[in-house]
Amino acid sequence: MRLTAENLSARRGEDLIFRDVSFALEAGESLVLTGRNGSGKSTLLRVIAGLLRPESGKVTWHAPDAEEEMKAAEASHYLGHRNAMKTELSVTENLSFWRDFFSRRNDNRSLSVGEAADAVGLGGIAHLPFGYLSAGQQRRMAFAKLLVSWRPVWILDEPTAALDVSAESVFTTLIKSHLKDGGIVLAATHQPLGLEKARELKMTGFAGVMEEVW
Amino acid sequence: MTALLLRDIKLSVRAGGGALIGVLFFIAVVAVIPFGVGPDLNLLSRIGPAIVWIGALLSALLGLDRMFQNDREDGSLDLMLMQEHPLVLTVLIKCLAHWLGNGLPLVIASPLLGLFMNMNEVAIGATMLTLLVGTPALTFIGAVGAAVAVALPRGGLLVAIVVLPLAIPVLIFGVSAAYAAVEEPAPFLPPFLILVAITMFFAVLGPLGAALALRNAGD
Repeated sequence: MRLTAENLSARRGEDLIFRDVSFALEAGESLVLTGRNGSGKSTLLRVIAGLLRPESGKVTWHAPDAEEEMKAAEASHYLGHRNAMKTELSVTENLSFWRDFFSRRNDNRSLSVGEAADAVGLGGIAHLPFGYLSAGQQRRMAFAKLLVSWRPVWILDEPTAALDVSAESVFTTLIKSHLKDGGIVLAATHQPLGLEKARELKMTGFAGVMEEVW
Repeated sequence: MTALLLRDIKLSVRAGGGALIGVLFFIAVVAVIPFGVGPDLNLLSRIGPAIVWIGALLSALLGLDRMFQNDREDGSLDLMLMQEHPLVLTVLIKCLAHWLGNGLPLVIASPLLGLFMNMNEVAIGATMLTLLVGTPALTFIGAVGAAVAVALPRGGLLVAIVVLPLAIPVLIFGVSAAYAAVEEPAPFLPPFLILVAITMFFAVLGPLGAALALRNAGD
């Protein structure tokens, strides 16, 4: 399994946010994006998730069991700033919806909804409406969404925002076990996730105005 | 995909969903007409199908802007865009769920409003049938407008204005089919079949256009 990015550049309005970002990640490797606010971490993650079109370059995904031309986005879980959970529905309803919606085949590495809620340490409250939970609990449940359907690549944008110390350690454990299972993790973060061997990409931001003449 | 359908229907009937609001608006619009027009029963029954159709059209426009916006605001739309299943199919399912949650209640409420308008059984039946066939077209057309305006914070009015010109043919053929059922010389089938054709046409075109707009709404 390999996730490669070649010469990625992305633009917001007139400004190039970053230019010529390249990396390659093999199974079990992780990449941590650091840099100050507005340096383009989220933009880079959204480009890799296929949600933004890169100005140049491309993201490719190779896996032995993947069909040709499979997009990296289809092998990825994306945890953005927003939790992608409905406040009107209960946690169980939310998670089982995503489980059905995500899964192409029932991989034995996918957890059931109850197991996923237990894994983030909130097993007892899965019957509550998502809107009743505190911000930190919501974030944990959003993370449980990554566990209900196994995907090799995790793209995490500030995963530990609004979390207490114990939840951070839960996340670190889950990320480590995902890497041990042969997954790939890309994360933008300010707090250290406590990953050994994680590669770091420092985003500097504002790569200059496009030198393109209209 | 069934999961998506069920989830969207659940959302539309739970708190904050638009299903009940659309029906209430529909009833409000049609129920005030007799008070405004006066107690002329013949006049009421003559304008009845048109009024019911206009009421249904306006209430259908009311809930359209939330079709994708809710999902965008909480980030669900991002995940839907990333999936392997074709986006067109996802949009089609969302349209179906939206119609079941917002359009079908209008169809079911229409006989009651037909009574308010002193329409006879045939006219009520014809109006209900044309609404049943025509309102899906409104949803499919509206999906394009909703997708275009998905990134706008208060896109509601814009969606209604963008969608309205395209919805006019649906209104014309819906009302003329409903009239044809009661007024003797005019045949019922031709306008009704054109209405069916419009719905099928937009069932294909609407999700395609909406999917295209959503792909390009990336931020």
